[in-house]
Amino acid sequence: MLAAAAAALLPACRKDDAASGSKTINWWHIQNTDPMLSVWAGLAKQFEAAHPGVKVNITPLENEAFKAKLTTVTQAGNPPDVFHSWGGGVLEQQVAAGLVKELSGASASFLESVSPNGVKLYQLGGKQYGTPYELGMVGFWYNKELFAKAGVKSTPATWGELLGVVRQLKAAGIVPIALAGGDKWPAHFYWSYLAIRQGGVAGMAEAAKTGGFDAPAFVTAGAKFAELVALEPFQPGFLGTKYMANDGQSALMGNGQAAMELMGQWAPSIEAAYSTDKKGVGDKLGFFPFPALEGGQGSPTEVLGGANGFAIGKNAPPEAFEFVKFLLAPESQRKVAPAGVLPVVQGAEDALVDPNLKLVHDALKSATGFQLYLDQAYPPAIGQQVNDSVAELVAKSASPEAVAQAIAKTAKNQ
Amino acid sequence: MDATRITAPANSTPPKSAALSPGSQRRARARRRNTLIPFLLPALSIFTGLVLVPIGLGLYTSLFKWNGFGGLPTNFVGLDNFVRLFGDEIFLGDLRRGLVLVLLSLVVQLPVALGLALLLNQPLRFRGIYRLIFFAPYVLSEVITGVLFTMVLSPTGGLVNQIFDVFGIAGQTWLSDPSRVLVTMFFVVSWKYFGFHMILYLAGRQDIPPELTEAAMMDGASTWQIFRNITLPLLGPTIRISVFLSTIGAIQLFDMVWVLTGGGPIHASETMAVTLFQYGFRRYEVGYASAISVTMFMISLVFALLYQRFVLRRDTEGAVTRTGDIR
Repeated sequence: MLAAAAAALLPACRKDDAASGSKTINWWHIQNTDPMLSVWAGLAKQFEAAHPGVKVNITPLENEAFKAKLTTVTQAGNPPDVFHSWGGGVLEQQVAAGLVKELSGASASFLESVSPNGVKLYQLGGKQYGTPYELGMVGFWYNKELFAKAGVKSTPATWGELLGVVRQLKAAGIVPIALAGGDKWPAHFYWSYLAIRQGGVAGMAEAAKTGGFDAPAFVTAGAKFAELVALEPFQPGFLGTKYMANDGQSALMGNGQAAMELMGQWAPSIEAAYSTDKKGVGDKLGFFPFPALEGGQGSPTEVLGGANGFAIGKNAPPEAFEFVKFLLAPESQRKVAPAGVLPVVQGAEDALVDPNLKLVHDALKSATGFQLYLDQAYPPAIGQQVNDSVAELVAKSASPEAVAQAIAKTAKNQ
Repeated sequence: MDATRITAPANSTPPKSAALSPGSQRRARARRRNTLIPFLLPALSIFTGLVLVPIGLGLYTSLFKWNGFGGLPTNFVGLDNFVRLFGDEIFLGDLRRGLVLVLLSLVVQLPVALGLALLLNQPLRFRGIYRLIFFAPYVLSEVITGVLFTMVLSPTGGLVNQIFDVFGIAGQTWLSDPSRVLVTMFFVVSWKYFGFHMILYLAGRQDIPPELTEAAMMDGASTWQIFRNITLPLLGPTIRISVFLSTIGAIQLFDMVWVLTGGGPIHASETMAVTLFQYGFRRYEVGYASAISVTMFMISLVFALLYQRFVLRRDTEGAVTRTGDIR
């Protein structure tokens, strides 16, 4: 009774707010650490100054906390006005429930100068439901000093060469790869990339349509990953390691205790944040794209990546559209680029200062295919199943066939 | 007597008295109802809104395939979610792991707490300080305990492995070994809760009149005989309550698991509540998650009722079970 009464009262309050002309934009983002925390706050202040009477109410949340909190408010039908979105399957469910406003007409005009690979991730049924502010990709980050110490001459271009490098590093007494097995998603990058290399981005799209994740390409991907796992390339206790922790995957890289990690463009800043000296390994850090797979159909220029962006909630005031447009203006994008964000707007690239991030940006620009992270691209149930099943592969408790079948079963059940 | 009568349920038999005519009896009953209703209403409405309605909603949504977004569910699937549940390896594993945790706490945690309680009941120097130290972990929240132990048990430079190092034992992986994680987690849970059970036992022990032990000693009973025939039986009510709390706690265990391991690796430390969260808030399969929550509720309810009926009966006699019959 009480709950029902409260639920009936809440929307009423919101309407009164709008009627009395109070213009508050509730903004949830996930950059809860500096430098981005301050950059976003600064931009919000700037927007408030230019729009008298509008207040931007910022709620910065840690990644996992954000997902949990957003789930509860969206299930209650009351999303924030502007909130972080990775596009893909989760956005699709939110749109289907009528929780997200469409960007159209004048409010969508700015999208013309935004990278099309990123814009596409927020399109559903020909309509635009949000915008990226960053487009990134996953690749190998490696410690040049440790590679040199083990006598590795050049970065591996094929999967076979990568296995060779792992053996070389192990022989030199270096932990070849840092992996956060406890968080699951970092391991799913390996399986997804191998599936892309084996079957191509087109093969991924086909599987997504039919739920055919038990196709031979996925079994091969699992088998190739199992070859790597069999070399025991990860740090001790990797099944319980978290990504962001003082003994986590990022800390191991940032402290120079492991030679490489497969991670997105945010890796350098997180490595620094969780390293003991808060600086990371600095210049010693290098980047190379995921190697080609011998006999695979996918081209080595196809990338696995994703966008960070914003969607607009169904109760948002018109000013929220203005605000998102402002955040995507070239001047704003030039402010976020030095903080390690890969800009999506033309004319903001030159604000990127980090040489490694320039490498990532170039690889993205010349990419011939783009696959969104599987745990974002598909409905959450499939994405989580991919993470869970790949974790079993890493723990050597499931065969590549069993992994592919488990994912296919969940996908076909949707 | 009067106090018991006021709090007794409305359907209890009123006191029989030959002096009252049937009419005045009815009036007395109506008067009593008129007093009871305004007093019960606030508590009853909160209980209905926050407990009964959610239980009903959970039961309802557990019959649907539903991702939780927008309005009420529409895709009715009957008992499919429950059929799937009892074929789900992870959920069956949860039941198995829950049983292991309950058994471990009955066999290890509670006896240790009992032993410590009896020890700290002896005249001892710094007794108060020991009691404080042993009770302290219980004051910490589960999340803080979890974070603390991820550091203590860290495979790279955690406290435990550093101590092992001093004795020349190779570092171990505590939370990332599927065959070891559940026992490790049990020790962390015990570390937090044994102090609570110890205090319960200590209070229970102090309620036992010293005359009994003294008399037994006069009669030449050994320490073991005193423990076996006096202390243990008289601690019975406390032990039964402590077993009950410990079991319900194990069934509902969530926070600690979530922070320590997230249920991993490969579900080796997952509990029912963690599985429920994974499906409800990670996979957005709210219908299926509701089925888990309903099952969890039923298990707790059935356990609580059976335990009340068969184990706690003697302890609650006259307080709960018989109130209606008191005349």
